[in-house]
Amino acid sequence: MTEPTIYELSAPGRIGVRFPHPDVPLADLPKNLIREELPLPELSELDVIRHFMHLSHLNYSIDGGFYPLGSCTMKYNPKINEETARLPGFAFTHPLQPEETVQGNLALMYELQEYLKEISGFGAVTLQPAAGAQGEFTGVMIIRAYHKSRGDVKRTKMLVPDSAHGTNPATSGMTGFEVVPIPSDARGNVDIEALKAACDDSVAGLMLTNPNTLGLFEEQVVEVNRIVHQAGGLVYGDGANLNALLGIARPGDLGLDIMHINLHKTFSTPHGGGGPGSGPVAVTSELQEFLPGPVVILLEEGSEEIPPLFGFHQPEQSIGRVKAFNGHFGMVVRAYTYISMHGADGLRKISEYAVLNANYLLARLRNTYKVTFDRTCMHEFVVEGVWNDAPDVHALDISKRLMDYNFHPPTNYFPLIVREALMIEPTETESKQTLDRFADVMLKIAEEAHAQPELLQGAPHITPVGRLDEVKAAKELVLCCWLPDEVRS
Amino acid sequence: MFIPHTDSEREEMLKTIGAPSIESLFEGVPVKHRFPQLNLPPALSEMEVAAQLQELSQINESTRDLVCFLGAGAYNHYIPAAVDAILRRGEFYTAYTPYQPEVSQGTLQAIFEFQSLVANLTGMDVSNASHYDGATATAEAAVLAYHHFRGKRTRFIVSPAVNPQYRQVMRTYMDGYENLQVIGDGEPGDPLGAFEALTRMLDANTAMVVVQYPDFFGRVQDLSDLAAKVHAAGAILTVVINPTALALFKSPGEMGADIAVGEGQPLGIPLSYGGPYLGIFAAKKDYVRKIAGRLIGETVDQQGKRGYVLTLTAREQHIRREKATSNICTNQGLIALAATAYMSLLGKHGLRQVAELCYHKAHFLAEQINRIPGFSVDLTQPFFHEFIVKCPAPVGEINEYLLDNGILGGYDLSQDYPSLQTHMLLAVTEMNTREEIDLLCEVLKEYAND
Repeated sequence: MTEPTIYELSAPGRIGVRFPHPDVPLADLPKNLIREELPLPELSELDVIRHFMHLSHLNYSIDGGFYPLGSCTMKYNPKINEETARLPGFAFTHPLQPEETVQGNLALMYELQEYLKEISGFGAVTLQPAAGAQGEFTGVMIIRAYHKSRGDVKRTKMLVPDSAHGTNPATSGMTGFEVVPIPSDARGNVDIEALKAACDDSVAGLMLTNPNTLGLFEEQVVEVNRIVHQAGGLVYGDGANLNALLGIARPGDLGLDIMHINLHKTFSTPHGGGGPGSGPVAVTSELQEFLPGPVVILLEEGSEEIPPLFGFHQPEQSIGRVKAFNGHFGMVVRAYTYISMHGADGLRKISEYAVLNANYLLARLRNTYKVTFDRTCMHEFVVEGVWNDAPDVHALDISKRLMDYNFHPPTNYFPLIVREALMIEPTETESKQTLDRFADVMLKIAEEAHAQPELLQGAPHITPVGRLDEVKAAKELVLCCWLPDEVRS
Repeated sequence: MFIPHTDSEREEMLKTIGAPSIESLFEGVPVKHRFPQLNLPPALSEMEVAAQLQELSQINESTRDLVCFLGAGAYNHYIPAAVDAILRRGEFYTAYTPYQPEVSQGTLQAIFEFQSLVANLTGMDVSNASHYDGATATAEAAVLAYHHFRGKRTRFIVSPAVNPQYRQVMRTYMDGYENLQVIGDGEPGDPLGAFEALTRMLDANTAMVVVQYPDFFGRVQDLSDLAAKVHAAGAILTVVINPTALALFKSPGEMGADIAVGEGQPLGIPLSYGGPYLGIFAAKKDYVRKIAGRLIGETVDQQGKRGYVLTLTAREQHIRREKATSNICTNQGLIALAATAYMSLLGKHGLRQVAELCYHKAHFLAEQINRIPGFSVDLTQPFFHEFIVKCPAPVGEINEYLLDNGILGGYDLSQDYPSLQTHMLLAVTEMNTREEIDLLCEVLKEYAND
C-alpha cells in the first residue's frame, strides 16, 4: 500500500482554500521582482484531508500501541494538554507584545521555571532551548563561559562516559572542547579510577547521564561529582532520563551543576514524529547569570487586590540567545498542565511506576535475553539481542519481527557498550496486561530465532512497506518530488 | 488517570521482581538524598486544571482581543481549520522520530513532501526536514559555511537588516569556534544594510554573506548583483527568507543564492507566543552532504515498493559523535507537517492570493500613514508584510496610545538600531481588514493632533 505524493495528486486549477477579495485599492507590483512560476500543487480540501488521513494510517504511534523505545520516554500524551495549549489566549499571543498584555503567559512561564527548579533541585531555569540537544549545547556553553569569566582559559577537555548518548560528544565538539571518553566499570557505573586519572586542571567538565543509558543509577554519583569539582570542573547532567527521578532524588542535591530537562520525555509533551521538543536548562544559583536571556522574573509581589507583575530579565553574563523569542511556549503550556495535574505525590508515583514497569519486564525477560549489567534497573534496561546458538539473528531482526506482533521495537544498537543492544523503556502509563503481552511476544520471538530464523530475517511481514534499501537512498539521493511534467523538465 | 495499575497488579509485579516494595527498588540512590519532599501545589483534576489554564490565558490580551499590526519575524495569518484537524491525528503527534521506517511511512512521506514544497518555494535543489526556527537555521548556515571551507575562511558578513535575534543566535553558535569574525552589522554604519557596504567588506577570507529577503524592514531588493559579487569572492550567499513573500516575489534560488533559510511560522503555524515554530533550511545541491539535521530520501523496499527513509545519517551525532558538525537529533516534525498541510491546502493559487493581499494592504496602509502630519513612510522601494514609519514621538509612547485604543502597534526599531529612534515597523497581513486599517489611521491622526 503506497500513497501518491501531493504532487501526484495535484490537478491544475483545483483550489483548497479561497480568501476574500481585496478590500483596498491595488498597489503597483514591481514587475522586475515578480515571480513567474510557483511550482506548488493544486488540490481540494478533501484531497488534502484524505491524503494525510491515509498517511497517518502508515504510522505507529503511542495512541495506537506500546512504544518501548529506550531513552525516549514514550509515555501517554494526555489530551487535555492539546486543549490548554490551544486556548486562544495563549495560542494567539504574539511573541513581541508588551509585557503588560501577556501577564498570563509570563505567570505560567515563571511558575514552570519554579516547578522545574523544585523538581530538579537547582537554583535557576531557562525555558528557551528548543530541544534536549539545544539544552545540552546551552549547558556546555555555560561551562565554557563560567571558566572564561574566571580567566581560566586552559580548560579544553570535556569528559564523556562511554555509555553517553551521541549528542554529548557532538555537543562538546560543536563548542570547541576535546572529548575524553571515560570507561564504565563492571557494574555499569563510571569507572572512578579512570575518572580520577583523567581529572586535572585542563578539564572543563563532565557530561553525566543519571540514570545512565544502561538504565542504571550511578551509584557513586556524589563521589563522581566531588572528584570533578575538586579538579575545578563542572558537572553537566543529561536530563534525558529524568523520568526515573521525580520525587526520588534531585540532581541538584546530588551535586550536579547544570542539567537540561526534556519536556517531551518526562513531562508528556508529544514527540510529534520528531519534534517539536523543548529542553529547559536548570543551573545552580552560582551559574544563573550565564543563562541565555531573557528569563522570566517576578517584578512585584501581588496582594489580594493587585495581581503580581512578571517581566523579562537579561542575565548579566549571558551566553547569548540560543533561539528566537521565548522558547517553545506551546510545549511549556502542556508541561505546566501535566505538572499541575500531578503535584508532588503524583510526580513521585510516575517515577515509581516507571521503575516498577521496567523491573517487571526485566524480570520476565532476563532468563531468555542476556543482561550484560544485571542489577535492579531504573526506568529502562538493556538486553543483548543475540544468542550464541542463533548466530544469524541480530537485534535488528528482533526489532523488525516485533512489528509483526504490532509492537514498536525498542531502541537498538545503543548504548554502544552492549553487544547488539536492545534498550527497553516501558514508562509508567503501560498496564500489566500490555507488559505481559509484550514479554510473551519477546519470548516467542526468542524461540523463533532458534527454530525459524528466516521469519525474523525477513521481517517485518505485515507493515505497509518491508525493509527499505537505505544504500540506494543514500546513493541516489532523491530528496524531492516534483510536479509530474511542469517543473524541472 | 495515567497510571493504570491496580493494587493487586502492583503486588503481583513486585512478587515477579522479587522485591518487597516499590521503595526497595531505589536502594541504589544515596539515602541522604532519597525521596525528597517536593514543595509543589496540590494536584488538580483535569476539570480544575482546564479552568485554571483558561483563567490564566484570559489574563492575556491576544491578537484576537486586539487589532494586530505587529510582525518583526512572527505574523498573524489565517490558518484553515483543516490544518489543525490533520495535526490532531494521534498517529502523527504521538509518533517518535521515524527511526523505524517500516512503521513510520506517514511521517516520512509527509516530511519528504515538506522538503519538496520548500525546495520549490525557495528555488533550491534540496531542503532538509527543518530546524528549530529561523534563527537557528541561520546559525546552522554559518556552521555549514565554516565546515565547507574547513575553517580556513573566517570572515562572516552579516547585513544589519537581518532580524536582530537571528544575528544574536548566530553569534552564540559561532562563539564555539576560535578566531571567527562576524562583521557588517555593527554600529556605526548603515542600519539599512546597503549591499554596496557589504560587498566592500568581501575578501578572500570571507566564508559567507547573510542578507534577508524581504529584509527585517520589509524591503524587497534584487539579489542578483550581490550574488554575483559574493561568488566572485568565492564565498557563500545565504538568504533569510519569508515563505509567504516567495509566493509573489522571485525566489532566492532564481537570483543566485546558495542557501535559503528562514522562519516557516507564516505557513499555518499559530503565533503561540513565539514557538514552537519552524526553521527552513534549503540549499543548492553542492551543499547537500554538509546540511545539518534530518534528510528524508526516497527508496524502495525488497519488493520494489516505493518508500522513504532517513538518509545520509552518517553525518549525524549518533554515528559520528564528536566529529559530527551538529548535535541536532530532531526536526520540528509536527510543525513541518502543519506547513505541508497549509501549503497543500492553499496550493499555487491560495498562497499567491495571501501574498498579494498582504502586499496590497500593506501598501494601502503605508500610503494612508504617509499622509498623516508628522508620520512618514519611504514609498519608493517595494516592501512586503511590513514597512518603516518615521514617527513624531518615541514609538513606546505611540504604542501606549494605540494599546489604549485596542491596537497592538508596531515594533520599536530603536531597541536594536540606536540610529532609528522614533522609527516603527508596522506589519499587515490578510487578517487586517479595511476597517482595522482605517481605525489605525484614525487613531494615529488623533495622536498627531493631540
